[in-house]
Amino acid sequence: MSYDALQEVYDAQLLKKMYYYIVLTRSLENKISYICHSQNSKSPMIIGKGYLSTGQEAISVGACLALEDGDWLAPSHRDIGGMMVRGLTLEQIFLQYFCRVTSPTAGRDGNVHLGDTSKHILSFISHMGSIIAAGLGVAAAIQYREEKNVVLACFGDGASSQGVIHESMNYASVFKMPMVFVVNNNRYAISTSTKNQMAIENIAERAAGYGMPGVVVDGNHVTEVYQAVKKAVEAARAGNGPSLIECKTMRMCGHGTHDPANYVPKQELEEWKQKDPMTWFQNELLQSQVMKSDDIKSIQDQIDHEIEEAIEKARLAPVPQGEDLLRER
Amino acid sequence: MYYAEAIRDGMRQAMKADERVYLLGEDVAQMGGIYGVTKGLVDEFGKKRVKNTPLSEIGIIGEAMGASIAGLRPIAELQFSDFITSAFSILVDVVAPYRFRMGTKTPFILRAPIGGGLHIGPYHSKCPEAWFFHVPGLKIVMPSTPADAKGLLQSSIDDDDPVLYFEHKKLYYELKEDVPEGIHRVPLGKALVRHEGNDVTIVTYSAMVHLALKAAQELEKEKISVEVLDLRSLVPLDEEALLNSVSKTHRVVFLHEAPIRGGVGAELESIVCEKIFHELKAPPKRVAAKMTPVPVAPNLEDFYLPSLQDVKNAIHSLFQ
Ligand SMILES: Cc1ncc(C[n+]2csc(CCOP(=O)(O)OP(=O)(O)O)c2C)c(N)n1
Repeated sequence: MSYDALQEVYDAQLLKKMYYYIVLTRSLENKISYICHSQNSKSPMIIGKGYLSTGQEAISVGACLALEDGDWLAPSHRDIGGMMVRGLTLEQIFLQYFCRVTSPTAGRDGNVHLGDTSKHILSFISHMGSIIAAGLGVAAAIQYREEKNVVLACFGDGASSQGVIHESMNYASVFKMPMVFVVNNNRYAISTSTKNQMAIENIAERAAGYGMPGVVVDGNHVTEVYQAVKKAVEAARAGNGPSLIECKTMRMCGHGTHDPANYVPKQELEEWKQKDPMTWFQNELLQSQVMKSDDIKSIQDQIDHEIEEAIEKARLAPVPQGEDLLRER
Repeated sequence: MYYAEAIRDGMRQAMKADERVYLLGEDVAQMGGIYGVTKGLVDEFGKKRVKNTPLSEIGIIGEAMGASIAGLRPIAELQFSDFITSAFSILVDVVAPYRFRMGTKTPFILRAPIGGGLHIGPYHSKCPEAWFFHVPGLKIVMPSTPADAKGLLQSSIDDDDPVLYFEHKKLYYELKEDVPEGIHRVPLGKALVRHEGNDVTIVTYSAMVHLALKAAQELEKEKISVEVLDLRSLVPLDEEALLNSVSKTHRVVFLHEAPIRGGVGAELESIVCEKIFHELKAPPKRVAAKMTPVPVAPNLEDFYLPSLQDVKNAIHSLFQ
């Protein structure tokens, strides 16, 4: 895209924000991965494993940037980027990974099993997509009070095989709820490829069965994701009911930091490496002169600094003591 | 052989001996499941008999049940027992009452890892046996050792009823012992005295057996003679062994890793009180997890889980 073309559709501030959050997510998760692999297993900083969104950051970031302040997010486990867009801080994320008292879950849960009600982020639940059922209720309350907010509900290709996802989309559609369903199709559910997960090519085709619009977008192009979600959000806000957006991408990491993902063919990874969402967007921004290479470098430096600072703060936070288990929250 | 290997060997023997036996579950084929329990079986038996499924617990349990009605002997795997809840209705409404209502048997096994201690929190650490203990029509098997794991698996495969076979994930690669080769059977509903004693009985199952044995060892130094009764299966329940042991020791502690309220211990305690109340020299005690979800942070989880000290305190309290 040329500078003019990019500028015509988006303002430069938004583009820079997109880029910032993609780099932030990538850098944060690289750091989490690094800690997981290098920490002393006898006295680990991170309790458990890291669950990363490497290679698909543009989806969560693009989708959440299309929301307004009062809107809500029902996240999947690959939505740390979007959570940060909505205001979850790096410090909160490290506190959560380190299981400290002051983490969003008070150390009771770990890694990506978190949310932040004050920022209108529901908590991800392990059972894949289950929190989306509660997203229906948030949407119902919005309708009840005749407010103008929207619920963004995110899930994966694997989760799309679950009853709760089908029931939720039908339910939302029956009540014309202000919801947008975003499925990140990253080609794998742990070791199970989409070929073995479903008999169709596009999950978005299912939208017809619920009586809602369904579209497929390139999930590695943040602008495309943003545009599609923005349109769906506006429709939902205007009272036209939910839609389903399928974002095609590839999980460029193991299921978790423990998983070498040997089941993914090397060639498939190579192909998708060429489509890396961060590199693509960086090139777009450079070519269209929205940013210069100096900007790129200073953004990276700033982010690296923010991450180190957050780790230092989180590291100093107290670990929970046994009795804290029984403290009411 | 490790506990995980013993389970795998049990499946392998059964698959070799009986064409009707096949495996299904998420990522069970090439990857061998989350804990590698089915690793290598796809190479030996092929994709037809080691079958990867979509992410669908309803599909998995539904298929296992239907295939069993149609004459096969499926072994279904869930990645964590916590995820049974996604198919609760299939198990509790469709599977459990089927034989009672229809006179049709549904002989399949649902394998699932249970238990905490690995700091993986509320959705990957549950011990859900009490939910199903309450449901007529389901058998529940809870092996504590590699040899038992293999032997109880074969008996579960032979059994004509649906069996929930709960594997403790902490035992998978921690516990090693010699395991009988070939087909090996340990009957369901036959408890085992793992440690003989005269002063108090700890009634337990699954990984908590090992905590009980440790307690028995330590209390020996204090001249308290502890009997450890490993139930092995909860349904069928070896009531006779339970009552015999308690009639001998006159004191009893029920130990399980699941939360205390409405746990299996409560039912066992009722049985003892209703049937041999007069034999008891002290009120029975339960030692179990706290009434909270399973937490992640190590300190929290240590506090949550029943500890050696909890067991010793409970036993000491019976002698005051
Ligand atoms: C009900 C349930 N069954 C199984 C699992 C184990 N599990 C965790 S993630 C996962 C795959 C999820 O795939 P997908 O929805 O495509 O998300 P991705 O991890 O690929 O981003 C599975 C099977 C689970 N969390 N919940």
